[in-house]
Amino acid sequence: MTQIEQFNYDNKIVRNFGIATVIWGVVGMLVGLWAAIQLYEPAANLGNQFTTFGRIRPLHTNAVIFAFVGNAIFMGVYYSLQRLLKARMFSDMLSKIHFWGWQLIIVAAAITLPLGMTSSHEYAELEWPIDIAITLIWVVFGWNMFGTILRRREKHLYVAIWFYIATFVTVAVLHIVNSFQLPISLFKSYYWYAGVQDALVQWWYGHNAVAFFLTTPFLGLMYYYLPKAANRPVYSYKLSILHFWTLIFIYIWAGPHHLLYTSLPDWAQSLGTVFSIMLIAPSWGGMINGLLTVRGAWDKVREDPILKFFVVGITAYGMATLEGPLLSLRNVNALAHYTDWIVGHVHVGALGWNGLLTFAILYWLAPKIYNTSLFSKKLANTHFWLATLGIIFYAVPMYWSGWEQGQMWKEFGVDGRLVYPEFIKTTINILPLHIMRSIGGTIYLIGVFLMVYNLWKTMKSGKLVANESAEAPALVKENPKGEYWHRVIERKPTMLLILSLIVILIGGMVEMMPTFLVKSNVPTIAAVQPYTPLELEGRDLYIREGCVNCHSQMIRPFRSETERYGDYSKAGEFVYDHPFLWGSKRTGPDLAREGGSKLKKSDGWHYSHLVDPTSMTDQSIMPPYPWLAEQDLNTSMTASKINAMRTLGVPYKEGFENQAVDALNKQAEEIAARLKDEGIRDNDGLEISSKKEIIAIIAYLQRLGTDISKTETATN
Amino acid sequence: MFKQFLHGAEGMDQYLIFSMIVFMVFFAGVVAYLFLMKKEDAEELSQIPLNESTTLNDNTHENV
Repeated sequence: MTQIEQFNYDNKIVRNFGIATVIWGVVGMLVGLWAAIQLYEPAANLGNQFTTFGRIRPLHTNAVIFAFVGNAIFMGVYYSLQRLLKARMFSDMLSKIHFWGWQLIIVAAAITLPLGMTSSHEYAELEWPIDIAITLIWVVFGWNMFGTILRRREKHLYVAIWFYIATFVTVAVLHIVNSFQLPISLFKSYYWYAGVQDALVQWWYGHNAVAFFLTTPFLGLMYYYLPKAANRPVYSYKLSILHFWTLIFIYIWAGPHHLLYTSLPDWAQSLGTVFSIMLIAPSWGGMINGLLTVRGAWDKVREDPILKFFVVGITAYGMATLEGPLLSLRNVNALAHYTDWIVGHVHVGALGWNGLLTFAILYWLAPKIYNTSLFSKKLANTHFWLATLGIIFYAVPMYWSGWEQGQMWKEFGVDGRLVYPEFIKTTINILPLHIMRSIGGTIYLIGVFLMVYNLWKTMKSGKLVANESAEAPALVKENPKGEYWHRVIERKPTMLLILSLIVILIGGMVEMMPTFLVKSNVPTIAAVQPYTPLELEGRDLYIREGCVNCHSQMIRPFRSETERYGDYSKAGEFVYDHPFLWGSKRTGPDLAREGGSKLKKSDGWHYSHLVDPTSMTDQSIMPPYPWLAEQDLNTSMTASKINAMRTLGVPYKEGFENQAVDALNKQAEEIAARLKDEGIRDNDGLEISSKKEIIAIIAYLQRLGTDISKTETATN
Repeated sequence: MFKQFLHGAEGMDQYLIFSMIVFMVFFAGVVAYLFLMKKEDAEELSQIPLNESTTLNDNTHENV
């Protein structure tokens, strides 16, 4: 006879992650709203370098993705995992280390990003010590999860757990591969990869961070919490299995669709497109499986705000996962890439799918673990409508704005010239839409504040059931005779982990190995030379200020772009770029040829533009960077940087590091002399010192795009 | 103008074909797996989240 065992579920850790979800959600969204306002009112940065768009945009994305969504994942996983396995979490200590470690990482991000300590890789901006901390805490999470799985009382692993396992293993691989950096100091490093290879790794990571941090864990949560909320099993368990395996297989290949028409080898771009289109099938399979789970319960959806959040959240998932593949079509991507369309697309997923599902789970969980009922259904319903309206008011202006940007950038007149050769014309045209977007964000945030109040009152009305008693039969180890072979996999977590790992590695390896190993995939250009020490320092300032958040450095092979910016970008131009700085958005113009003959401006123009952009471009929304003209350039690490670059393969001569600062000073003095000749003075009417940071960034900007004009392309 | 792109396309066919073959084999395997799966097994597994009748009354409470 099977022995019945008694045990407790740990609800305290669920509560802690829930509170962290809410707090970081509010913070992350407020920072997002602040950043959005700066895109039509740059003075909203309060004149402070630490709160300027380029620095707080990554703060917003990191806070929302890793703090809000991350804590929501852990909250949802810790509650559901225990119930699905009929076991308490493996170790309370590991749970605590996981919780506090993750919060410390978030705090470290909140401090370092405004300080300009960034690697510049999108959604992976944190510097190497924090990357190591993330790795360690992620291992703690996995250890705790697998320990619980091994001590379970339920033989079979429900499909939600498959998604959790795939999330764990894939995020680990993505994070490690994308974090190969060479440290220069405690908070400065250079990526091991350069140019095209760096871009491929980054967008393999970036796309799959969306896939395996924002999608697969939430699908796992959907497969647990939706049946619970609707009180009926998932529509088709078989479909959920097909959904799982095909989704994790296909998703990993789709990263290159972020790099269409760039210098990435064409075959890799094509692979990205093909697999992105194929991705519609499993994504919609999952959406349909979710929506059909509430079949026969639509009357409950009318009454129950939690189900409303689920249904609209899953619908948003469906919309975003249809739109994503469509944006991967070359002709659509040609128009949409670098525009606000992508911002709209991302936010349908983030606000709709992640946001609404998180709210649904919070509303469902809080009364459960506090042994009470929700304080106000009416408030939750109001939140639902505010959230839905907020998403619409956010997304529609962004789609509209993206369409206008794309069209205006490409429009030629009957005379064969660009109708809007000045980039600023497009910028001014979309400002009302940016205002509307921030109104949408505000509406969404008001809903969140209602939720905070509602949850707070709910928690106050009950008491936390910190240790919830349960009982279940002990796990019987032997396998029943006559059981089909395919059921074995559903109770073998290690096998599931290994199979998931193999499945996700196939796509990454097929795409990356040839790009790294076949030389013809990255043709070199003889004229392309390493940056001078001053240019290298300027490039690091460009990274610090987050210029890459608004300016691309990748001219696509379209006439509209070559007319505006100059010759299209080639892979060989970026071989010394650790990291690549191609960017993903053009709030301002592309800068790949900023120093080239077509766009060449004087040093004085750049100085004045950086100190006060409106002095050179009327109605510019670029924030002023007066601190660049006030702060001295720190050259204490210049020699180390040259050494590090040489280690990474940049051909600086042996011993050059000893002459680097002298070379830097010489070039800086030449620029200062040219500024003097142009009559440029600082605010006190004094000549510009060659020691200032602004000199370095001018040197870098003037260098951009100058190599390619020197000679014809030559494949080595 | 597109010379650079064409140059980078070396071996493109084999990568695409190899990728599609790998996926089709994998997909066929998953479909076979599901085809062999008994309906009652799937239904039993889908009930796991709803099968929490073993939870006893709450025994320890803690203030917010």
